[in-house]
Amino acid sequence: MSFLSYLVSGISLGSIYALIALGYTMVYGIAKMLNFAHGDVIMVGAYAIYTICITWGLPPLVGVLGSIVICAVLGVVIEKVAYKPLRKASSLAVLITAIGVSYLLQNAALLIFKSDTKSFTSVVNIPSLDLFDNQLHIQGETIATIVVSVIIMIALNLFINKTKPGRAMLAVSEDKGAAQLMGINVNSTISLTFLIGSALAAVAGALLCSSYPALSPTTGAMPGIKAFTAAVFGGIGSIPGAMIGGVLLGVIENLSKGYISTQFSDAIVFGVLIIILLFKPTGLLGKKINEKV
Amino acid sequence: MAMLEIKDLEVCYGVIRAIKGISFEVNQGEVIALIGANGAGKTTILHTITGLIPAKSGSIMFEEKDLLKTPPHKIVGMGMAHVPEGRRVFQNLSVLENLKLGAYTRKDKAEISESLKMVYERFPRLEERKNQVAGTLSGGEQQMLAMGRALMSKPRIILMDEPSMGLSPLLVSEIFDIIRVISESGTTVLLVEQNAKKALSIADRAYVLETGNIKLSGKASDLINDESVRKAYLGE
Ligand SMILES: Nc1ncnc2c1ncn2[C@@H]1O[C@H](COP(=O)(O)OP(=O)(O)O)[C@@H](O)[C@H]1O
Ligand SMILES: [Mg+2]
Repeated sequence: MSFLSYLVSGISLGSIYALIALGYTMVYGIAKMLNFAHGDVIMVGAYAIYTICITWGLPPLVGVLGSIVICAVLGVVIEKVAYKPLRKASSLAVLITAIGVSYLLQNAALLIFKSDTKSFTSVVNIPSLDLFDNQLHIQGETIATIVVSVIIMIALNLFINKTKPGRAMLAVSEDKGAAQLMGINVNSTISLTFLIGSALAAVAGALLCSSYPALSPTTGAMPGIKAFTAAVFGGIGSIPGAMIGGVLLGVIENLSKGYISTQFSDAIVFGVLIIILLFKPTGLLGKKINEKV
Repeated sequence: MAMLEIKDLEVCYGVIRAIKGISFEVNQGEVIALIGANGAGKTTILHTITGLIPAKSGSIMFEEKDLLKTPPHKIVGMGMAHVPEGRRVFQNLSVLENLKLGAYTRKDKAEISESLKMVYERFPRLEERKNQVAGTLSGGEQQMLAMGRALMSKPRIILMDEPSMGLSPLLVSEIFDIIRVISESGTTVLLVEQNAKKALSIADRAYVLETGNIKLSGKASDLINDESVRKAYLGE
């Protein structure tokens, strides 16, 4: 039974990585940049919930919705202020800016909330599940994480493949100029992508801190890096790739923790990534980049 | 007044002046050819008209509206479509999805499906391949898709940048036949070509571009017999 239990919590952790990885991969697809501040948006979202629910005592749903709105706005503002002026700059300049934004967010949190770890109260209140004569115990948070993630991924797929703004996102990520010739507003499509990615980060933050209830200004850093790894693992720029990469990463991490070593689980995760990239440099579902003639 | 009127247009890439103050016009219903050697500035002009690159100075009036003051993504909705150099179809999307993106700014579903029928009639091969991913089409088919996609916006004027580039002579003739049909159906055409002979054979008037300046202009039938044009552009 312990295998099943590791597997289930691995899928749950992996779903959180997947939600974060979606933000990385969508932004990469459309803006061709690695938004290293993305992980810190999770942290901002979690502090938003902490403030709304614990400091102000409002109900969890209000906290989650408030956090989504705050992160969505933050994502759009970051793009407008920090990245948009650099659209024609070298990718190194953009990368350094993204790292700068990441530090800015962490230090702003440090200033406002101080460095001590806050204990987060779960926003999930569904009962846990006991299966197989109480041998398999599944937390309510785990169930909520998996269910919410599946719903979000289905909704995102429908949005991208069935709606006009979704198609516009695909068109812009392939060829901005051609998309503009179709009448697509490239700037607002990029804003929309940041908005969606950051809103997903807020949800990921709520789920993450509900399962692992310790909140500090660097809370977003490690899951951010792991989710970035998941996005690369699945093939950066690919939406299904981010979903699969995220879940796989969570499962590998949890199984390594369970069967090999808690200390080395991260090393194992990154080791697997390196091996995969050696054999398939574009990641699991990554496309070869088409050379333009 | 002309449908499209370009006045004293100057375009720069950094310090390089690619277009050095040119003026020309396109009247309703005409086929205008813009010919010139590689690097003369033909693509730059089309890109400036549809807002892909900014102008340094001058004006571009389309049906009395200044395109240089129009947000670029609004231009196609005003009735101007651009078939860009190199086709630039969306490689990862299907033929049908590409065509639907051509109608992105249009709202009326019934009218859009009418346009789709018209495009399929003009390019039967696109209908056969409507669910195929555009990146797997041949060069000629991608050109047809780029043209079909532009027609999906129901343009009053269509700008085409080297539609014959890289195609076999047979396909080139097919593409030019289609351009003639598009023109006969009432759409104004601004055609950029290195294949001057073909372009002059279907154009009403033409402008000859040389390193950012208009060197010659006139009726296509006159230019095709012009000594200097024959020497420089028709390879005679
Ligand atoms: N993105 C660019 N950056 C710098 N120079 C450019 C760029 N695009 C074109 N040019 C230059 O502008 C001139 C005109 O190019 P272009 O408009 O592409 O010519 P054509 O379409 O007639 O072949 C050329 O000298 C070319 O080198
Ligand atoms: Mg050109």
